[in-house]
Amino acid sequence: MAQDDSGSSELAETSSTAVEHPVEDHRLGDPGTAIVVADAPVNPGFPAHRPRLTDTDPKQNRRAERTVFTLFYLSIAGSVWAIAAYLAFPIESGNLADVRTSTLFIGLGMVLALLGIGIGAVHWAKQLMNDHEGIDIRHGVAGSEETRERAIEIFEEANEESGFGRRTLIRNSLIGALVAFPLPAVVLFRGLAPQNVDPIKELKHTMWAKGTRLTKDPTGLPILASDVTIGSVFHVIPDGLNDREDALEQKATAAVLLMRLRPEDLHVSPARKDWNYHGIVAYSKICTHVGCPVALYEQQTHHLLCPCHQSQFDITHEARVIFGPAGRPLPQLPITVDDQGYLVAQSDFHEPVGPSFWERNS
Amino acid sequence: MTTETAIAETPRIKRDGFFGQAANYLDERTSISGVVKEFGRKIFPDHWSFLLGEVALYSFIVILLTGTFLTFFFQASMAEVVYNGAWVPLKGIQMSAALDSTLHISFDIRGGLLMRQIHHWAALLFVASIGLHMLRIFFTGAFRKPRELNWVIGFTLFVLAMAEGFTGYSLPDDLLSGNGLRIISGMIEGIPLVGTWINFLLFGGAYPGTAIVGRLYTLHILLLPAFVLAFIALHLVFVVVHKHTQFAGAGRTQQNVVGYPILPVYAGKAGGFFFIVFGVIVLMASLFTINPVWEYGPYDPSPISAGTQPDWYIGFADGMLRLMPPHLETYWFHRTWSWFIIIPLVILVVFIVLVAIYPFIEAWVTGDKREHHILDRPRNAATRTAIGAAGVTFYAAMWAAASGDLIATHFKFSIEGVTHTIQTALIVGPIIAYFVTKRVCIALQKKDRAIALHGYESGRIVRLPGGEFIEVHQPVDEYQRWELVSNEGYAPLVVRPDSRGRITAGTRFRAAMSRWFFEDRLAPLTQTEIEAAQHHGHGDAPAVEGGSH
Repeated sequence: MAQDDSGSSELAETSSTAVEHPVEDHRLGDPGTAIVVADAPVNPGFPAHRPRLTDTDPKQNRRAERTVFTLFYLSIAGSVWAIAAYLAFPIESGNLADVRTSTLFIGLGMVLALLGIGIGAVHWAKQLMNDHEGIDIRHGVAGSEETRERAIEIFEEANEESGFGRRTLIRNSLIGALVAFPLPAVVLFRGLAPQNVDPIKELKHTMWAKGTRLTKDPTGLPILASDVTIGSVFHVIPDGLNDREDALEQKATAAVLLMRLRPEDLHVSPARKDWNYHGIVAYSKICTHVGCPVALYEQQTHHLLCPCHQSQFDITHEARVIFGPAGRPLPQLPITVDDQGYLVAQSDFHEPVGPSFWERNS
Repeated sequence: MTTETAIAETPRIKRDGFFGQAANYLDERTSISGVVKEFGRKIFPDHWSFLLGEVALYSFIVILLTGTFLTFFFQASMAEVVYNGAWVPLKGIQMSAALDSTLHISFDIRGGLLMRQIHHWAALLFVASIGLHMLRIFFTGAFRKPRELNWVIGFTLFVLAMAEGFTGYSLPDDLLSGNGLRIISGMIEGIPLVGTWINFLLFGGAYPGTAIVGRLYTLHILLLPAFVLAFIALHLVFVVVHKHTQFAGAGRTQQNVVGYPILPVYAGKAGGFFFIVFGVIVLMASLFTINPVWEYGPYDPSPISAGTQPDWYIGFADGMLRLMPPHLETYWFHRTWSWFIIIPLVILVVFIVLVAIYPFIEAWVTGDKREHHILDRPRNAATRTAIGAAGVTFYAAMWAAASGDLIATHFKFSIEGVTHTIQTALIVGPIIAYFVTKRVCIALQKKDRAIALHGYESGRIVRLPGGEFIEVHQPVDEYQRWELVSNEGYAPLVVRPDSRGRITAGTRFRAAMSRWFFEDRLAPLTQTEIEAAQHHGHGDAPAVEGGSH
């Protein structure tokens, strides 16, 4: 960066003289398909400098000065205000209104403190500091021919002195070693996830098992089949989920929506004819798209809508996708009732729930 | 008496005074005087659009300051605790330590909520200003040689800023951000071959696990900021090496930089501007609530609220996911191909890569190897501006899709209608934007040319002695004219055989690209044409010209 342009020249007051043009020809490089016009329009050079009001009118000058220091003093006042507001507005009540008041008044004090400095400094620079523009001369970004020659020479000398290009065995073995040495570090990151767990197996089953009761989310109370009236919808978790250490992880796969439709509205395929109980059906709540909970049920149309990406599933047709980006239906949980009349699962889901993954069908 | 004379009369600093001695002490130990000599009077050109990059830099400083404050209170842990803080509605509810400490910052520490809100608003402004800064660079052609690498550095900063935003957004472990993580996790799972394992490693086992917040925290406050700082430093070093670009103007050439010196004017303006940006961010944070996590509650995989939205800068990616049609999944070779993930990811990656390498594409098409320090007016690079408009439209369609549900509920449309409309706009919109922009640019070039040659319409109708009515055109002065005529002209590449007498497919392709790029161009004006027009104008109605003064 040791260039000789540090002392920028300042435009003279009267410099409406045309800029010297010979330099224009020094632009290095192939112009490509640019047309270099011999008869290009002539740069008229710098217009005459126009003094500001503050340059010519001492009154305006003093006024600008007053404005600047007033703003700086206001800034000090703002800082004091912010500290005073910190002390004056307690938030310990836990009342949102108190928190908002404290936030507002501390904030406004800081705003005054910051804008006072900012606007003052800009005003000072624009109105009172010397407003004569300066010029720096550009040089090509590339180093000079000499420097470049010398740089190449240095590399050649270094190559010669070390034998980097000549001693190929040393060079290649070094490159090999440098490629290999970060690999252990990469392998160490295997430790990010537990060692003896197979993610593919994990993704293929949920907490549901034969006889697991369907319970309400989040209370965990079992659901009597007779309580599920036509048109109603229940957010369901498996019995015992709340007692588990990994409750959130289990819930992320086992969450289920329970709905009751009129049995004649359901189009049931032969393989699933025993999966519903008098029109009560249970479907995975985890969207097959990217895994959001499909929480919105339209009672009239029997459609489930995912609020994240608007996939829609038709419950009357075994949750097939009717709109949105999802690729396949929500998995159905086969249910029945136990001897006390509570809804229970017949088994786990028959396919992995949630978003698709590479090994899903393997 | 003017200030200039006042400056001239100011006595020079005494070299043996306190400051003189302090400076001497420093210089003898640091050689700092060389730096002052080199940079103290360095010239920076002025234009409002040059401030966009400054806004980005300053909001990042604000982010660093407030973020450091927040780290003293935030617990990046997913250990389950029972909330017992000041916010009554959540009392007694199980949540992670991360959300507990976020609520603690918001409700128990005075000014804590303010700091959180400054941090969040500054982050939004950071990404927004980088985006606008990139658009400015793009549409003015500031990415041309020698600044192509700095464009790539800036682009990397944009990606890093989005990563910073997303990791920070996920830290409080509230319901909204948890669903955002669920979406990311689902997207990663859909990636062929490696997705399942990447997801498994990232979350440290089954989703959501207990590791992700701590890991994102390390990324958010250590790794990513280090990269951002390093790239900002590199970015600024190159700004100094290249010297800043400037718009065309009288006296300005490719060989000079015209503007104000760092000391004192630029330091005053830019330093002041930092405080203004800071002040405006604090004003937003004082007045407008952002990310009220206390309303969302702790993350739970089962509940969700309608109208779920990511922060604005992730919207384009989320929107692309929403625009996919149904049933895009196939089972080949006993493996699941989730095209509804693969296609959006490929589209996003191609779009982003095209943005990153655009300077090299344009350089290849034009073959121009000269340095460019004078900025293009967007209209003068019609095809580039049209490409940019098409890109912006494409981005806007994706972005709008991320709010498709809100558009539907707010304007009482069906969600299907909104989605199908945006799907159409995604494909047709950029094409329309391209052609409309190109035509508008060429029309504006013609208008510029008419003004440069014949002056602007004065609105004064004059009747000539012969009975003819004319509108008097007022000529522009030579300085204004220069701004209108100083653009460069290009011609399409001509196909020529290479040294072995062959015309390769590559040459033909490049020539075709070049023909397309420079289609419908206007040849730049020459000095002769300008002078001829002036003579013509003077000769036409000298009496009128004279009469107007």
